[in-house]
Amino acid sequence: MNLLLNLINGISLGSVYAIIALGYTMVYGIAKMLNFAHGDVIMVGAYICFCAMSYLNLPPLVGVVLAMIVCTALGMIIERLAYKPLREATSLAVLITAIGVSYFLQNTALLIWKSDPKVFTSVVDGWPGLKLFGGEMTISPVTIVTVLANIVIMVGLTLFTSRTKKGKAMRAVSEDKGAAQLMGINVNSTISLTFAIGSGLAAIAGVLLCSAYPTLMPTTGSMPGIKAFTAAVLGGIGSIPGAMLGGVLLGVIEIFGKAYISTQLSDAIVFAVLIIVLLIKPTGLLGKKISEKV
Amino acid sequence: MKKISKTTRSNLITYAMVVAAFVIMQILSVTGHVSNSLAGQLVPICVYICMAVSLNLTVGILGELSLGHAGFMSVGAFTGVVVAMSIQNAAGPVRLVLAIVIGGIMAGIAGVIVGVPVLRLRGDYLAIVTLAFGEIIKNLLNNIYVGVDSHGLHFSMKDTASLNLDNGTILINGPMGAPGIEKLSTFVAGFILVLIVLTVTLNLIRSRSGRAIMAIRDNRIAAESVGINITKYKLMAFVTSAVLAGMSGALYAMNYSSILPKKFDFNTSILVLVFVVLGGMGNIRGSIIAATVLTILPEALRALNDYRMLIYAVVLILVMLVTNNPILKNGWTLVKEKLAFWRKKTPEPAAEGGGVHEQ
Repeated sequence: MNLLLNLINGISLGSVYAIIALGYTMVYGIAKMLNFAHGDVIMVGAYICFCAMSYLNLPPLVGVVLAMIVCTALGMIIERLAYKPLREATSLAVLITAIGVSYFLQNTALLIWKSDPKVFTSVVDGWPGLKLFGGEMTISPVTIVTVLANIVIMVGLTLFTSRTKKGKAMRAVSEDKGAAQLMGINVNSTISLTFAIGSGLAAIAGVLLCSAYPTLMPTTGSMPGIKAFTAAVLGGIGSIPGAMLGGVLLGVIEIFGKAYISTQLSDAIVFAVLIIVLLIKPTGLLGKKISEKV
Repeated sequence: MKKISKTTRSNLITYAMVVAAFVIMQILSVTGHVSNSLAGQLVPICVYICMAVSLNLTVGILGELSLGHAGFMSVGAFTGVVVAMSIQNAAGPVRLVLAIVIGGIMAGIAGVIVGVPVLRLRGDYLAIVTLAFGEIIKNLLNNIYVGVDSHGLHFSMKDTASLNLDNGTILINGPMGAPGIEKLSTFVAGFILVLIVLTVTLNLIRSRSGRAIMAIRDNRIAAESVGINITKYKLMAFVTSAVLAGMSGALYAMNYSSILPKKFDFNTSILVLVFVVLGGMGNIRGSIIAATVLTILPEALRALNDYRMLIYAVVLILVMLVTNNPILKNGWTLVKEKLAFWRKKTPEPAAEGGGVHEQ
């Protein structure tokens, strides 16, 4: 029974990681950059939703939509102002800029919302949980919503990238930027779209994360950000199903590590698994093999 | 007079710069012109210079991005604390030197353990694994308990009670870090460590091994095909870098009365990486200047309290945008070409300028 409950909790946490990891992996696939500011976009999304619900007394759904709109806009602005001028620069320069953006977001949040933790009211507050085995086991509404959201997003994104013109353009740009441009694809707008989608998803992830773990601080996004980044690499960075697989796996490993091995060492276990996987499959579970050219 | 080569002269300038900075700071502090906040910054500045130079060895010279450099720093720091605090009867400087040396050795061992698997990977995958190792080291240190009594050192991974101390003192208390450190670090010690780190790094770069390491950076496949042992030289650079980070970590820890494992997290690794990138990859002198300026900058901005990290972030982004701006870059190259053109036309002033031309 406990095992099942832990598994469900793991999948739920993993679903949050997966949604964040999607943002990392899509941006990496298309712009070949590690967007370290992504974790902080999550935090901004959670704060926006918190403000909408607590200060403006808006219904949760409106709060979530508002958070998504703000984060989408934020993602596009960041891309336009900070990353676009560096399109031809070295990857390290872009990485440092992303870190600068991350500091910027964290410290702006610190100025606006102060450092004291806010208690986030779950967006599904008051919803009934799912009772199983005659009430012996209760699955919380957050868990159900998180897993469902993950499945919907996964299916939606897969359809988007395989069926729509914009989605195909996205795949083309991630494959070969130059060739895509020659085929008449607007590379800049495609990259901008990728950031928009990734940041919108980050808002959802932030709301779900804070619904499950209700403390909200300016640094809330950094650790889940790093974990989700790890998840993206675990699944093979650049691959959308890989991000899903990596995220869920990471969540399950983390919860199982906490439950059965050691609470304090759970982070070490998660990262150790990543290292072992990378040593066996150097490009992640579903990553493309890199061929070497001389 | 024998003509000295360009590299030697460049290295000499670097050494001279460090020595001059040290002498100026000493004169200022003797005459009482150094504010308390700056005096407190002197040892951290030395530590960050060492960290930046050592990371530059991995990132700039070896060409592999490392996001877990603070991990090695923390291994050195906590080893150093245990060493210095368990030999109570020796003189202060002796304890400090032993702490730094053994801290460096332990960080070197950690470097080998991390380096052997990590260096098989490439690019961003290597970066994420170094990040993972940094987090693992931090997580492990959060769960280590060390105490000392008349029987010797006691280790535990559980709690302080399971140390079974016989009237002894707790040296490392898990997530509470090392509680009672004697402040042994001095500015002079920091200065000497900077010189040691510089000597090791600059000499390594100029040696046959250093050229092999840079060959791997520039073209791994070509280097391998001319018979350079990739694993050996990669590991050499990585472990040297880890040892130097461990030594600076020990110096850093002995500058405070207590220290937490949390201090050496991802953000510290990033901070040092920022020094390296802003100073210029592979440019040791640049690392020194960037580390010094960027350690003082947040302190200097302290008057702006809440806004200082925000300003730091904006400065960081702007510097990256400006230095990578293609228009400015081309403009700079144009200016340089013009200068070179004028120098060729009028050779006398150029010779005065230090004999830039080498035949």
